[in-house]
Amino acid sequence: MSVKTVGTPEQSREPELSTTTSRRPAGTLYRGREGMWSWVLHRITGVAIFFFLLVHVLDTALVRVSPEAYNAVIGTYQTPVMGLGEVALVGAIVFHAFNGIRIILIDFWSKGTVYQRAMFYVVIGLWVITMIGFVPRHLINVFSH
Amino acid sequence: MSTATLDAAPSDADAIESFTVTLIIRRFDPDVDDEPRWQDFDVEMFATDRILDALHKIKWEQDGSLTFRRSCAHGICGSDAMRINGRNRLACKTLIKDLDISKPIYVEAIKGLPLEKDLIVDMEPFFASYREVQPFLQARTMPGAGKERVQSVVDRARFDDTTKCILCAACTSSCPVFWTDGQYFGPAAIVNAHRFIFDSRDDEAKVRLDILGGKDGVWRCRTTFNCTEACPRGIQVTQAIAEVKSALMRGTA
Repeated sequence: MSVKTVGTPEQSREPELSTTTSRRPAGTLYRGREGMWSWVLHRITGVAIFFFLLVHVLDTALVRVSPEAYNAVIGTYQTPVMGLGEVALVGAIVFHAFNGIRIILIDFWSKGTVYQRAMFYVVIGLWVITMIGFVPRHLINVFSH
Repeated sequence: MSTATLDAAPSDADAIESFTVTLIIRRFDPDVDDEPRWQDFDVEMFATDRILDALHKIKWEQDGSLTFRRSCAHGICGSDAMRINGRNRLACKTLIKDLDISKPIYVEAIKGLPLEKDLIVDMEPFFASYREVQPFLQARTMPGAGKERVQSVVDRARFDDTTKCILCAACTSSCPVFWTDGQYFGPAAIVNAHRFIFDSRDDEAKVRLDILGGKDGVWRCRTTFNCTEACPRGIQVTQAIAEVKSALMRGTA
């Protein structure tokens, strides 16, 4: 019989000898679900959009300084690197917009908290659809110049 | 014939499969350690055992210095909330069979409250927030002599969900806002305020709404739903917070 003799003290003390201590002082990452990750993404995209708007206000304000300076700066935006940056920018804004609607519904719609998880996947779905519509056309424009 | 079946019975009991489960526990002894450290333990467990049983086995058979809280061990006292595989759970309600034991199980103290030793945190900030929302009945009218305060079934059902709280702090210590800003009242305090704000017998909803409408109150909630997911009693915590928010916006409970 393969009876396990776990209860005896001699046997159970055995593992203590082989006990290893791994030094990893930090705790594990909290494994939140859709709600937490949607919040993390909302924060990251929000901060990214804020910095974009800051730069955008500054470069647009350049037109008051001199139209030549404005044209020079806008000219650098026509590069493929900036074109890819625009994909990221639109991706961030589209997620932030759709997830913003989700958050408004959670706060103001009485059933919002019940359907928050489903709404997160709707947000992801709408984001994918929007990006499928935008990215190919945008990249054709960027790389055909 | 009959003896054969009697003989078969104990061997069936022996045949219950047991597994070697590896627990990696985040230890911290304030007298010795500067930083918490991870320590591995191998324990022999049945599928129907709980994480609390594993902790007991370690404490009783392998390392008596392992420190954790537990009282009733049946999911009602709220003593043994801890982070199991990265999620806040009660050790006494987490079965081995519900975890992936092909990988080690990580057990650590709940987050956001000061770590005292091993799996024990200082719960005082948590209970201070709880006390601040005045979690007790405050009625200005007296019931008739020898009578109770009458409440309809519908009125009772209004706050039924939030009466289930056992103050284990699983929700509050799962909240990213609470981790970074310990001033936030946290889900548990709001749940217990909700329980009295929406109680038809209570007359001080306004006071509690004023407290929760402040800068460390419900508006700190970012609806991550970690609290709802962590609650061992299945309380719809985020829903309760949302109801307090909307009561604040409408100005009435």
